[in-house]
Order: sequence, then C-alpha cells, then structure tokens
Amino acid sequence: MTAMHPETISVERAPVQRSRGHAANVLRRLLRNPVAMIAATVILLLILMAVFAPWLMPQDPFATSMLKRLKPIGTEGLPLGSDELGRDLLSRLILGARLSLFMGIAPVIIAFVIGSAIGIFAGYVGGWANSLIMRCIDVLYAFPSVLLAIALSGALGAGIVNALVSLTVVFIPQIARIAESVTTGVRRSDYVDAARASGASALLIVRRHVLGNVIGPIFVYATGLISVSMILASGLSFLGLGVKPPEPEWGLMLNTLRTAIYTQPWVAALPGVMIFITSVSFNMLADGLRSAMEVKQ
Amino acid sequence: MNPTPQVLPKDRRDLGGPRQPLLIVRDLKKHFPLKKTGFGLRRERLAVRAVDGVSFEILKGETLGVVGESGCGKSTTARLLMQLTAQDSGELVFDGQALGAGLSLREYRRQTQMVFQDSYSSLNPRMTIEDSIAFGPTVHGVSRREALARAHDLLARVGLEPARFAGRYPHELSGGQRQRVNIARALALEPRLIILDESVSALDKSVEAQVLNLLQDLKQDFGLTYLFISHDLGVVRYVSDRVLVMYLGEVVEVGEAEALFERPLHPYTEALLRSMPSTDPLKRTEQAPLAGDPPNPIDPPSGCRFHTRCAYAQPVCAERAPRFHEALPGHAVACLRHEPESGYDRRLIPVQEVAHV
Amino acid sequence: MTGYLLRRLGYALPIMLGVSFLCFMLVHLSPGDPLVSILPADASAELQRQMMQLYGFDRPLLEQFLRWLWRALHGDLGTSIATSRPVTGEVFRAVGNTLMIAVLASLIGFSLGSLFGFVAGYFRNSWADRLASFVSVIGVSLPNYWLGMVLVIVFSAQLMWLPATGAGPGGSSDWAWDWAHVQYLILPALTMSFIPMGIVARTVRALVADTLSQEFVVGLRARGLGELGVLRHVVKNCAPTALAVVGLQLGYLLGGSILIETVFSWPGTGFLLNQAIFQRDLPLLQGSILILALFFVLLNLLVDVLQTVLDPRIERG
Repeated sequence: MTAMHPETISVERAPVQRSRGHAANVLRRLLRNPVAMIAATVILLLILMAVFAPWLMPQDPFATSMLKRLKPIGTEGLPLGSDELGRDLLSRLILGARLSLFMGIAPVIIAFVIGSAIGIFAGYVGGWANSLIMRCIDVLYAFPSVLLAIALSGALGAGIVNALVSLTVVFIPQIARIAESVTTGVRRSDYVDAARASGASALLIVRRHVLGNVIGPIFVYATGLISVSMILASGLSFLGLGVKPPEPEWGLMLNTLRTAIYTQPWVAALPGVMIFITSVSFNMLADGLRSAMEVKQ
Repeated sequence: MNPTPQVLPKDRRDLGGPRQPLLIVRDLKKHFPLKKTGFGLRRERLAVRAVDGVSFEILKGETLGVVGESGCGKSTTARLLMQLTAQDSGELVFDGQALGAGLSLREYRRQTQMVFQDSYSSLNPRMTIEDSIAFGPTVHGVSRREALARAHDLLARVGLEPARFAGRYPHELSGGQRQRVNIARALALEPRLIILDESVSALDKSVEAQVLNLLQDLKQDFGLTYLFISHDLGVVRYVSDRVLVMYLGEVVEVGEAEALFERPLHPYTEALLRSMPSTDPLKRTEQAPLAGDPPNPIDPPSGCRFHTRCAYAQPVCAERAPRFHEALPGHAVACLRHEPESGYDRRLIPVQEVAHV
Repeated sequence: MTGYLLRRLGYALPIMLGVSFLCFMLVHLSPGDPLVSILPADASAELQRQMMQLYGFDRPLLEQFLRWLWRALHGDLGTSIATSRPVTGEVFRAVGNTLMIAVLASLIGFSLGSLFGFVAGYFRNSWADRLASFVSVIGVSLPNYWLGMVLVIVFSAQLMWLPATGAGPGGSSDWAWDWAHVQYLILPALTMSFIPMGIVARTVRALVADTLSQEFVVGLRARGLGELGVLRHVVKNCAPTALAVVGLQLGYLLGGSILIETVFSWPGTGFLLNQAIFQRDLPLLQGSILILALFFVLLNLLVDVLQTVLDPRIERG
C-alpha cells in the first residue's frame, strides 16, 4: 500500500465498521468464565434476597419467644432453627442480608470514589504535591487493615455510621495507592503527551484520556476489596462495634449465637456460612474480572 | 450561543515571509536533576545535562534531520520543542514570534505537532482511531461532527480506508497502520511544523519506506516543514535537506545534507558516517570508528566534549571549548580544528595515531 | 547498600511519626471531652484538675502531641483506667501471648501454603492446581472468627479433643510449654493460619509458574539437568519472596488478632484491645494500637532490608 492521493479514492461516509470496545471484550471473556459466572449469580441472588427480604421472610424476624429458643435446624415452622431469643433464624438471615451487604459494599464504593479521586489527582499532578499526598496515604497504609478499622471504630464508638466511616478510611489508602500508580503510568504515556501537544487542558486530558485507562484496573482492585470489607464489617459487628441489636446482621448474629455453640452448634454457625458465601463469591468474581482484564490483546 | 466554527480558526500563516526561519531555537537548556547525594555540607546537586545550550533554525519548507547516538539529547530536544518538557532556559521563536510573548502555547501547539516513535503507546488504547484523530480539533473548538468528518478525510489521505479503519481500536492495527494514524492525528490540527521523533524507526524496512514516501507526499501537499530525528543515517540522508548533528547535549555540526555527508567537518560526524554499514564490500571498515561509550552526561569532559574519543584530539581540545561557527558557507561546526587561531596545531599528527604506531 | 538502608530508614521515620500522630489523635476522635473518656465517670473535681494538668488538655494540640510523644519515647504510655497499671507493661505482656499464636500460625501457614502453591505452580492447570487455587481462595475468604467458632464446635463441643477457650488449665495466667498448656494454643493458631496459608499459596504458585516459564530453566533442562535439580533452582528463586510475604503476614496477624482472640479468650493484644474498647479505656487503646502499628512498620522495614540483603537482584532506587 503506498500513499494514495485524495482524488484517487472515494471517501465513504456511510457505514463505518465498529469494533467492540475494551469493556465489551472484558465482559465477553468474563461471561465465558464459569466460576466467575457462578459467583456473579450467587451475588445477584443475595442482592435480590436483600431487596425483596420483606416478601421472602416467612416470619417476623423480630418476634421473640421464650418457648422457641434455640430450636435445631428442621424444626417445624423454623426451617433453620431459632436464635437465643426464639426468633426465626431463616427470616433473620434473609433480612440480615440487607445490612450485611450494605456494610460490606458501601465502604468500598465510597472509598473507590474518594481514593480514586485522590490517587488520580496525585498521579496526574506529580511532583511535590504527589509526594505530600502519598506520604499521608502511606501513614494510613502503615496500619494493618483490621487494626485500623478497630482503632477507629473503637475510638468513634459503636454504630453503623461509625463502622462505615472506619472501613472507608481503611480502604481509601489502598485504593488511592493503586490509583496513583496506574495514573502515573498513564500520565507518562505517549498518548497523554500527544493530547498535551494538541493543546488540551489538564482537566480535559484527565477526563478523556486518563480516566478511561485507569478506572478499569482500580475497579478490579476495588471489587477484590469487597470480600475483605464483608469480613471486616461483619467482624466489627461481631465485636459489637458495628450494627446494634436487635437489628439482624450476620456478624452480630454470629456474636449473639456464640453462647449457643454447645447447645445448637450448627444453628450458631449459620450466619458465618452466609458471610463466607458472600465473601468467597466476591473474591471469585474479582479473580475472574482480573483475568478477563489481563488478557493480552 | 455562538455558532460553532466549521473549521479551525484561521491562524496567521506565513507572517515573516519565506526568508524568516519557521522556528528559531536559542540556547535551549534542560538539565534533569538527580537524587541528591551526600549529607550536610557535602550535599551536592547533580544533573544530567540532557540538552545543554542548543541553538539552531528550522527553515520554512525544509526537512531538518537530527542525528546522534542514543542519549545525545535528540529526544529531549524534540520534547522541548513540543513543550512537553519545560526548558530550564532558552527561547523558541516561531515564525518571528517568541513563544510566550507574541505567541501563546496553545496557538504554538496548533502549528507544531509531533509524531512519536512508539506507534502503539502514542494512541489511547480505549479510543477508536477516529476519536483519537478528532480529539485535537475538538479541543480547538471544532464541532465533533466536523472533526470526525475531517478525521475520515485524513484517514483516507494517509492511505487508510475510513470505512474500514475509523471505528477500530489501536490494537487491531499493524505498526505501519498505527503510525499512519499518528500522522493523520498530527495533521488534524493543520500544523506547519511536524516533529518526527524516530517516527519510522520501529517499523519494518518495507513499511518504513512506504511511510517515508507518504511523509514526502504530505509535505508537498500540505506545505509542511519537518524536523526529522533518527539514529538511521541512511534514512536521514534520504529525507533531509539539512542535517544537524548532536553530541552530549550540544549541536556539533549543521549543514546541507549532501555537503555534510560528503565532506563532514566534525570528527564526530566523520566517525558516525564511517560507522554506517556500507553495501560496498570495498569500503568495509576494519576497526570500529567510534570506540567506547559516550561519556557521562552528568559530568561531561572539559573543553571539547568529544575530545575523549576524538582521533584528532590535541591537548588544547581538553582546555578550550570550541565555538560553534560557520566554517564554510552554510556549514557550521564546533571544532577547534576548523576554528582560526584556536591554538590547534594543524601540522601536528593526531596524538592518538602516534600512540598506536 | 548503606545508602539504601539510610534511605529506607529515612522513609520509615516520617511514617512512624505519622502513625504516632494518628494514634495520638484517636483520643481526640472519640466523642466528648477527651478528659471524660480518660477519667472514670465518678471522678472528683480534684482528680479532674490533676488529670487536666497531667495531660495538658488545655494546651495547643501540637504541644500535647509532642509531650505525649516525648513520654512515649521514654516508654511511658500512660496508665490503664481499668487496671491502674502502666499501659506499656500491659501491652508488652499481651504482645508476648499474641506472638506465640501468630508465629505458630505463620509457620503452619507458610509450610502448608508453600506446599499447595508449589504443587499448583508446578503442575499448572492440572486438577491439583485448581484444587490448590480453590483452597487458597477459601483461605482468604473465610471470616476467621467464624472459622474459629466452627473449629471450637468440632474439636471442643463435639469431639471434646481440645479446650475451647483460655490459655491454660483453670484460667491460670502462667504459661508453660507442656501439653496442658500447648493444647490451648492449637485451635487459635490453626484458625489464624488460614489467611497466611491462602496468601502464601497464591504467591508461591505465581512465583513457581513464573520461574518455570523463564528461559534459564529451559536452559537448565536443555543442559540435561534432572527435574530435581531444576526444582532446586526454582526453590532458590522463590524462597526470598515467599519468606518476605510470610514475614509481612506475621505483622498482619499481630494487628488483626483481635477477632480470633475474642473467640478463644486468648489473653493477647486483641483481647486487650477488646477490653480497652468496651471499658472505654482510651490510654490502653491508644497504647496498644501504637505499639502494634509501630511493630508492623518495623517488621516491614526489617523484611524489606532482609530481602535486599538476601536477594542481590533487587535494586531499589
């Protein structure tokens, strides 16, 4: 093919062959990964369960009964047994999905927004501003996450909002670090230089050239954090630092049922099964997403 | 609302007339500071002197080739000219207007564009080809519709059928095709000067020739001026009107391509030319014309920076820095051998040759 | 090398200062007057005045911090409200107990994790690989406080093989390395080992697979080196990184032991933190977190330095 002159070829304006974008390719590969799809289905079911909890619960999850305390799994009318106050465990597990999922996912979403903003800003601006921001982030990152979550929750006191704040603070530095390193890489790339050479403003370059290239890797990293967040959030409630009774939440249920491990051990272990299933599903979905994104093109 | 302009706003073309150089580069300097070493009083700031006082002119309509070993500051010069890196000192005068004084950076960047070496990393992997090309014009106020239409025209112009290529992503194209896209993107802003930084170096030889031909055609049709940076002397000789030689962050020789290739004045240029692989078996050289690696740009040699590797070096070369001057009409060099009253004794046999006897 | 060590230390010191500041701020984060949270509810006006002066809560924040830091540097982290004993002593006693299970857990996690990871990486994409990868995902997805409960249910409540809670028969606080005591160690350490096991398995799998795909291994095989010899090279290549990972895990275990220690009533730092939180014993909370966090930073530093010393390939700029 040699250079063609304008008069020798007709410029067609009509149907332009469109290629699939990156996101579509990732999705296609993800859909072909059976493990990730099972995990996604489980997560979807859990979310549906949380949303439609009021219609799914067979009984009032708050109704206590001294007569029906700590019944085993399979008792009539109590398919998954009852807790130490005689409340129907199945209903509580279903309603518990709401707070448990919320407490697990919300901190990651908030931290994703804040951490990405911090990291992308630091990465794009570079220089001493970057150093200043990242050294502050490093201080937070220097704490093991469980310790930081407990330190903040412990100082702030029990409660949903405080637990949410603590967990968000735990995840912000982790996300910001990833965002910063990805952005720094993109910022040094030739296509960003080319965009600068075209006279575009920094804001426009970040919006059109940087965001699209950094948000994917940050997002994948954040999905991996949901699993950790689920465990940590339930852990805080398990310690009595998160959700307060009588609200059903899996970690808190595990805590109150701890006294029953000698009388009804398998009932006592059930809330943990829910936490585990959720956490493992998010982990596998994140793994699938990661390998779907990592494929060399 | 203001009506969106259908084409790019008109720039004031050819202000100074044909005799005014398109770009005058004056004493451009860029030192990259290194990590500080030492403590307390012994603490010192070291810097890589990537570009150390470079001055030259690019004439209207010419192709100025730039050659030199890797690490001599070619690419830093390109980035400085494109203002992707800020210079420590020095001045750029574009068509008679000083950048920052008469000419805004934004306006300058419309008239000067760059094509990078790596065809893949210079295209946003998440953008379609047409969007990449259309981005520049939209920055300058062209409507998206109009910019896309122009992108399609340019694709056709660089030999890529728009209907097939416009909606594709960079990874779906070959290296040569991607470099054509990069050229189209540079053209989209209707620049007058295009900096080609090793733009064809990464391509296969056959593809390289096609792209070079395309560049020559485009230059004619759009009235462009090229700064052509390459380590490939053969290619530079083929495309350039004039050639500039850089060594350790300095310009050591500038001249008409033919004159410079036939009768190089600077020993470094001579050595570079001798290192070119020859297709003529009778002209094969037996010994390496350039021994060793270039000296450390952090602490360049005293006097003439080339004296440590120069076959003609004399003691004076280590003491006196040569002045860059016009030794022959239109042919400038920085070498004491060609400098009158420089203290260089032209009768002496070069020191190194004596040592080898 | 000395240059690197100095630079690494120069990086760690500001971090430690920042960590200290954050711990200092914990008291100010908690709702209400910091004095109220330090004093018992029925404190007399005289005691309040004394404490106010002692802690200097009326002074600027920065000055308070510097005074607190100065005392902390001399090993004085204040007095526990609940026990009226110095915080430093309380924390270090607890750190010793936590170290016992954390070190044991790291050892278990490292051995099993390396084994799984090695098999998975060596027989890549085989059923063994899938199984090992599955086990490692489970390891990092298990809420370990729940795992602890399940282990108690199985081994204590059902089988009655091992004690469920405590750190010695009859609630005694004197530790001894005999079976009567060691049996209390097994379940907490086993529970704690799951996360490092999963992480080590993941790392080792990636390392082994990566090493095996490198050209020098192809070269070794081409020169007729037996499989066992190849394996030795692989182990030598992977060991420094795997050890570094487990070293960092030890730090995470120390900091994250609170949930497991709560389950097993193990008298370590986690248990101490739990007490501190629920008795609103803020000096104790502050002190334990400071020591644990600084320990983590120092461990990071140590692992980094050791890795650089051991692995000549690592060039750090």
